[in-house]
Amino acid sequence: MVRVDGSGNGSSLVRVRGLDKKYQRGSEEIHVLQGLNLDVDRGDFVAFMGPSGSGKTTLLNLLGGLDLPTRGTITVAGDEITHLSGGKLTTWRARHVGFIFQMYNLIPVLTAFQNVELPLLLTRLSKSERKQHVETALQVVGLGDRMHHYPRQLSGGQEQRVAIARAIVADPTFLLCDEPTGDLDRKSADEIMDLIDRLVAEHGKTVLLVTHDPVAAARAHTLLHLDKGVLVEAHRAGSTAGGRN
Amino acid sequence: MAIPLNYNLNSLRVRWSSTVVAVLGIAGTVGVFVAVLALAKGFKTTLVASGSPGNALLLRGGSTSEMSSAISLDQEHIIEDAPGVARDSSGPLVSGEVVVIAPFPLKATGTDANVQVRGVSPKALAVRNIKVVSGRFFQPGLDELVVGRNVAGTYSGFDLGNTVKFGGGTWKVVGVFDAGGSAFDSEVWADAHVLNGVYKRPENNFQSVTVRLTSPEAFQHFKDTLTSDPRLTLDVERELEYYDKQSRALTTLITVLGTLVALVMGVGAVFGALNTMYSAVAERSREIATMRALGFGTGSVVTSFVFEALCIAFVGGLIGCLGVLPLNGMTTGAMNWQTFSHLAFAFRVTPPLLVGGIVFALIMGVAGGVPPAVRAARARIAVALREL
Repeated sequence: MVRVDGSGNGSSLVRVRGLDKKYQRGSEEIHVLQGLNLDVDRGDFVAFMGPSGSGKTTLLNLLGGLDLPTRGTITVAGDEITHLSGGKLTTWRARHVGFIFQMYNLIPVLTAFQNVELPLLLTRLSKSERKQHVETALQVVGLGDRMHHYPRQLSGGQEQRVAIARAIVADPTFLLCDEPTGDLDRKSADEIMDLIDRLVAEHGKTVLLVTHDPVAAARAHTLLHLDKGVLVEAHRAGSTAGGRN
Repeated sequence: MAIPLNYNLNSLRVRWSSTVVAVLGIAGTVGVFVAVLALAKGFKTTLVASGSPGNALLLRGGSTSEMSSAISLDQEHIIEDAPGVARDSSGPLVSGEVVVIAPFPLKATGTDANVQVRGVSPKALAVRNIKVVSGRFFQPGLDELVVGRNVAGTYSGFDLGNTVKFGGGTWKVVGVFDAGGSAFDSEVWADAHVLNGVYKRPENNFQSVTVRLTSPEAFQHFKDTLTSDPRLTLDVERELEYYDKQSRALTTLITVLGTLVALVMGVGAVFGALNTMYSAVAERSREIATMRALGFGTGSVVTSFVFEALCIAFVGGLIGCLGVLPLNGMTTGAMNWQTFSHLAFAFRVTPPLLVGGIVFALIMGVAGGVPPAVRAARARIAVALREL
């Protein structure tokens, strides 16, 4: 169940209350997010849409602990992250967040295997356990035969699948996807969205997706619209407002 | 856990051109640094090797070198009777010596250089444990010369059997001695009495007396006896200390000037490393931000980039040291400021100098790596993630 009115009952996986984010640009103060509330349950798949500059990526960065809000609180799986210090926030990110970026953000000098292994280097897993996890993750995204390829040897869609494998390999609490299909052609984009669908449906992942692509957004259980820093539920044909299809 | 090392090593390989520039900058600096210190080390080693731990050297009180000293034959006799003086079948092992400076043309350039000509007693070989390696030792009372093994190779006219003229006399080269790489290898030896006569110096006067002691431990008693004798005003030193002091002025000058040059070059090399690492950080800001987003902390990022700078520095240091290694043993010459004479000596590239070169390189690596590493770790992740 996804709510934006602050009426969640406290059992939500992600709970956002009164979130404000302001930026200073010269003498001008820009209010990107204003008093935003959000509750997302475990296993939800939420898409955020909105015009450029509406604060979608800012919201995703705040939820992922990459930025700090001006005011308000974010609680994920019972941990309030808005008051965590830099070091603790870094540790928290490693444990709870899987990021998927528009430009894939793979490390070009590392192979697919080594890229996917990166989050596991922050765990206590042994080398053989890490190998097993990485191979499993790459097989889930259909790249079991491309493990030792470098990013430059892969297509855009394959790179994004490696990035997805990297995001899920440490079994994070939720996945944050920032325009994951923004740099792909339609066919590759559909394959990526199929994969994300599967992660939600078969592996019970919680996914928060920012996109400009209405086709990609249509895959989500819930579509939210951000405009001028305010979050509103979008109404679409065949959907149940605020809940799963 | 830290960011994997192959990330840095592969990045260095991919950005090989700027890596090579930084490596060469550091290699050049380390090369100069080690070469200069090897020069100073060679000079010092050559002079210090001239001293023997079981020998004492006596000068007139207050003299800083043999050039300004004078000791009479009477005083030498008193010295011969002092306790601790070693003896052989010919009597006490004491050599009263005089030195003069004579100009001879260098083989390499044809220009004159000052050569130290030492008038010694026939016991000088036994006192110093020096051996004649070809020809023979001079006959006392004759105008004959024996020359150090560097002399024939460095100056014109000193081949065995040749005749040379200096100081108003004509001398025949009758032998070559090997002084084990010490300063004596650059000297020409003659009979002290003959040399005094040719130079019209007072007979029975020496400038220094070198004494072989029964053991190095006998030195203190020997010294105390002579310095408390009211008939003598002599400075008594271990021969080793005397030559160590002689080497200090030039060694210090070479070391200070060389270190200054290396430091100035080092500043340039650090800027080279800074430039390389800042551009590495700028080019890879999105990669760094990605790794921080994945959960690698600022400490890991700093360590990673400092490691990368240290790799550059280590390879640079290694190349610098290897480049200087062929200099080891190469003979060169310099003026000994205490005697105003030309001294041949060899570069000595020793293991401690090589370690020093590598340490110097690593210091440059840290200086060139830390500021960019800190910048990398401090960048705002959310902003850096969006950079191309």
